[in-house]
Amino acid sequence: MALQDKDRIFTNLYGYQPWNLAAARARGDWDNTKALMERGRDAIIQEIKDSGLRGRGGAGFPTGMKWSFMPKESKDGRPSFLVINADESEPGSCKDREIIRHDPHKLIEGALVAGFAMGARAAYIYIRGEYIREAETLFAAVAEAYDAGLVGKNASGSGYDFDVFVHRGAGAYICGEETAMIESIEGKKGQPRLKPPFPAGAGLYGCPTTVNNVESIAVAPTILRRGAGWFASFGRENNKGTKLFQISGHVNKPCVVEEEMSIPFSELIEKHCGGIRGGKDNLLAVIPGGSSVPLVPADQIWDAPMDFDGLRAVGSGLGTAAVIVMDKSTDIVRAISRLSYFYKHESCGQCTPCREGTGWMWRVMERLRKGDADVQEIDMLWNVTKQVEGHTICALGDAAAWPIQGLIRHFRPEIERRIAEKGGALREAAE
Amino acid sequence: MADRHIYPDSPELRARWGNFAWTEANAAKAKEIVARYPEGRQRSASMPLLDLAQRQVGAETNTQGWLPIPVMEYVANYLDMPIIRVVEVATFYTMYNLVPVGKFHVQVCGTTPCMLRGSDDLISVCKAKKMPTGGVSEDGLWTFTEVECMGNCSSAPMVQINDDNYEDLTAERFEGILDALARGESPKTGTQEPGRHTVEPVGALSSLTAMVNENHDYRGEW
Repeated sequence: MALQDKDRIFTNLYGYQPWNLAAARARGDWDNTKALMERGRDAIIQEIKDSGLRGRGGAGFPTGMKWSFMPKESKDGRPSFLVINADESEPGSCKDREIIRHDPHKLIEGALVAGFAMGARAAYIYIRGEYIREAETLFAAVAEAYDAGLVGKNASGSGYDFDVFVHRGAGAYICGEETAMIESIEGKKGQPRLKPPFPAGAGLYGCPTTVNNVESIAVAPTILRRGAGWFASFGRENNKGTKLFQISGHVNKPCVVEEEMSIPFSELIEKHCGGIRGGKDNLLAVIPGGSSVPLVPADQIWDAPMDFDGLRAVGSGLGTAAVIVMDKSTDIVRAISRLSYFYKHESCGQCTPCREGTGWMWRVMERLRKGDADVQEIDMLWNVTKQVEGHTICALGDAAAWPIQGLIRHFRPEIERRIAEKGGALREAAE
Repeated sequence: MADRHIYPDSPELRARWGNFAWTEANAAKAKEIVARYPEGRQRSASMPLLDLAQRQVGAETNTQGWLPIPVMEYVANYLDMPIIRVVEVATFYTMYNLVPVGKFHVQVCGTTPCMLRGSDDLISVCKAKKMPTGGVSEDGLWTFTEVECMGNCSSAPMVQINDDNYEDLTAERFEGILDALARGESPKTGTQEPGRHTVEPVGALSSLTAMVNENHDYRGEW
């Protein structure tokens, strides 16, 4: 059965109603938050664990388990921090923006509840620099929450002191990586740190830190209010809950929509997006989880369940559930080559395989796009992607490699056709 | 990595910007920003303060603003940190302009989701209007930059001009916005699709219909 409106968490997703505190309260936010906190830290973490919530930022790590890694109490006087990742920069992703500009109080209340559960003294919300108006809304919403006593000293009357700060980025995709984000909040270049030590041991300012995605945090209060069983009643085993899907590209009506996890791709597109532009038969391929995951050809994606395991089974991933749809008018090699340019642009320059490899991969991709290459260079490119993948501090190298691997895996004949065509033209010209 | 170079230091640059100091309003703002971070961690404020400084330069030059070396030095002194650490930050993050820009910094998203929806046409508009990349048009109004994904993918293609986004663009709609800005008007921001509110499906809503006309509380239906 399809998800009903009453079971949608982000009811003001489209911003028809005001984001402010009074309106948010009327929708059910900040409703006796103190009572949620009185259940105790362990009970909150257990409820989130039982709900089956997996991190919504892309990796899908169980959120409750992540919270439980934080020290129960400080043995050496170091405080703990919650960092909320609102550096939404993955091409295709545009969900956190809607939460922040239309339902910011869900995020702030989530920050308090999550921060309390993990024993953090403050939350830093790291919002990408380009979200300028969205950051203005977030600053204003945080100020409202302080004025109403919901956060700050004795937050929501719970007796727990908890601060919420907003930190704006300034245009660097890499800061979405958790340790790069920590570096950036510390006022440095956003270059990822080696792990270990993991942030839960030594993160922001050397203190225990948990980094969570906006959506993971913003759904927490509703899960606590409605119970783990409610949240876990949606989606397949190991892929529970509701999820914000962001559909872009060649559909009739691109949109952001909250749906049940595991909804089949076809249903998501037909129900909310008015179908594929030019009809089902015009579908070429889909990047189902943001630019970092491999593309999936039309015939394999159509019936696939949109969840972590379902997309893994077709050689891709759910990522941030940013669904980029491409119809048959797409120059598929160019579409992927443009992503290669993106990764070249966004490589932080720290690790050689990524710094050099992303530029190298993009240049070869551009030659393949024009057919200005030799067939054996396809294999050479494949090998280079394998040499970048897994050989860098963070996952940007992997993210740059996977789209190209997906292209070669599924569209090799198209690349070869271009090379043959160009080669044929050259030979004719020579004769 | 993005190709970025700082503007050369010169006596003229020093003469123009050597006396840079916060305005009264920005001095208060800077103090508030530094207080967001724990004591002894004021270096964390380098990013927001560079943004503040860029905006102040923008206000003084009637542009989006940029960061001349003496201004970076001012921020470094303000936070009591080595200048190179501030320069590092300014050169790493692409939203800090290292060279002067026009009154309107036209940033067209060209990444795949926007490309699929027609960002090539928007870039053509900028080229036809002779907006320079990494420079300023002769009338002082325009600087063009092709930027990477701005996170407006469900209302693509989009352009960010200074602090505002314009979404669901076509070449015609984009030209209309540019012309309006040039005339000194403030065109509607956000989606340019008639009848669209934000990122809902165009036309009939597929969910949350009760929210359109009232601030509906769904708790009674739980």
